[in-house]
Amino acid sequence: MSIWEYANPKKFMQTSTMALPWVSGLAVVLLVAGLVWGFFFTPEDYKQGSTVKIIYLHVPAAMMAVSAWFMMLVGSLIWLIRRHHVSALAAKAAAPVGLTFTVIGLVTGAIWGQPMWGTWWAWDPRLTSFLILGLFYLGYIALWAAVEDADTAADLTSVLCIVGSVFAFLSRYAVLFWNQGLHQGASLSMDAEQHVSNIYAFPLWTCIAGFIVLFTTLVLLRTRTEIRSRRIRALMARERAAA
Amino acid sequence: MIALLQRDLRLALRAGGGFGLGLAFFLMVAVLVPLGVGPEGALLARIAPGILWVGALLACLLSLDRMFALDFEDGALDLMAVSPLPLEGVVVMKALAHWLVTGLPLVLIAPVLGVLLSLAPSGYGWLVASLFLGTPALSLIGGFGAALTVGLKRGGLILSLIVLPMYVPSLIFGAEAVRRGAVGGDAMVPLLLLAAISLGSVAILPFAAAAALRANLK
Repeated sequence: MSIWEYANPKKFMQTSTMALPWVSGLAVVLLVAGLVWGFFFTPEDYKQGSTVKIIYLHVPAAMMAVSAWFMMLVGSLIWLIRRHHVSALAAKAAAPVGLTFTVIGLVTGAIWGQPMWGTWWAWDPRLTSFLILGLFYLGYIALWAAVEDADTAADLTSVLCIVGSVFAFLSRYAVLFWNQGLHQGASLSMDAEQHVSNIYAFPLWTCIAGFIVLFTTLVLLRTRTEIRSRRIRALMARERAAA
Repeated sequence: MIALLQRDLRLALRAGGGFGLGLAFFLMVAVLVPLGVGPEGALLARIAPGILWVGALLACLLSLDRMFALDFEDGALDLMAVSPLPLEGVVVMKALAHWLVTGLPLVLIAPVLGVLLSLAPSGYGWLVASLFLGTPALSLIGGFGAALTVGLKRGGLILSLIVLPMYVPSLIFGAEAVRRGAVGGDAMVPLLLLAAISLGSVAILPFAAAAALRANLK
């Protein structure tokens, strides 16, 4: 039993068929539990009022947006090194999910920031680097969409993902540098885990777990779609060749 | 390698359009911005470092899609791929040629445009230094983007979508170095970081770009 077994699309499809109902069920349970707990059964913050509760969407989405890129990086490396198609397709499948989480993170942050900071947007290091991460996602998705040959597309996007990781990382710290030189910055950024009390943290952890499982569900689902569309294309090519 | 460099330079200089285009664009940006924001010297002086760097960035971007596309279309790139020279070397030479016809003229003309944008006198040295150290990274990153998108029909748009986010660190450090230099601050740190990005790009990106070219030529 090794993880490379799932490089076989058939094996992957079998296992994911069995796993998908459980994983998606778990995602629903965790998310409903975490969000209901967080929204209705925690007290309001004495300063922030009820706006504090957006944390249950904002923090998990932001965490997963970054994690999704790492997952794509691992998938790309496996594709480049061992040429397993499922891994390239999983990386492709993760990109739109990651982009969506990035947008959720930015939008919920803006909704929270409007009453709290008095502005929808500030060029704070975290906000800026997240926006840049979103741009990297866009470029990656656009490249997948633009290249016609499937294997070439997988090669090119994998290289882009690796190089993009380096530059996204650089941007993260470059932005930090730039901001310190200009603004007060740090007062705006908040590190949730260090500051929130347990009464908020427990539902938050439930939501984070829920988002992780949700991400797994969506990636499995989308990878299955990609594999099926590959199969359809292969079947059609075979039919044309026969006719 | 030298022959390839000479060939690319000759093509860029004689084939018309390519050479002056980036430079003219840079000039246009420097002329249009004061027209847009008004002629106040103080305001212009404050935004000058950023405008000059953004202008340099976009001017570099203009000519990127030609870096490999023309050779790809007429088959010269296939010949280079089977020649004894490794593709990594081809990429380095192409990027160097791009830098010589785009980056270097930008460095030389930038002080003149600094006058147009009423940059503070102490900023000129830092402007030239930061562009000189930073534009090689722009050419190499652009070369990587061009290698990724060489076979695409509408590659230009995707090229800019891929390349511009990667220009962010260079832009931040470059503009910051000029800004600090202009107000008399410590500009050495961003300048060194900028140089580090360029050197890192020289070391790593030719391999990535060559890998992309091989995938495209396969």
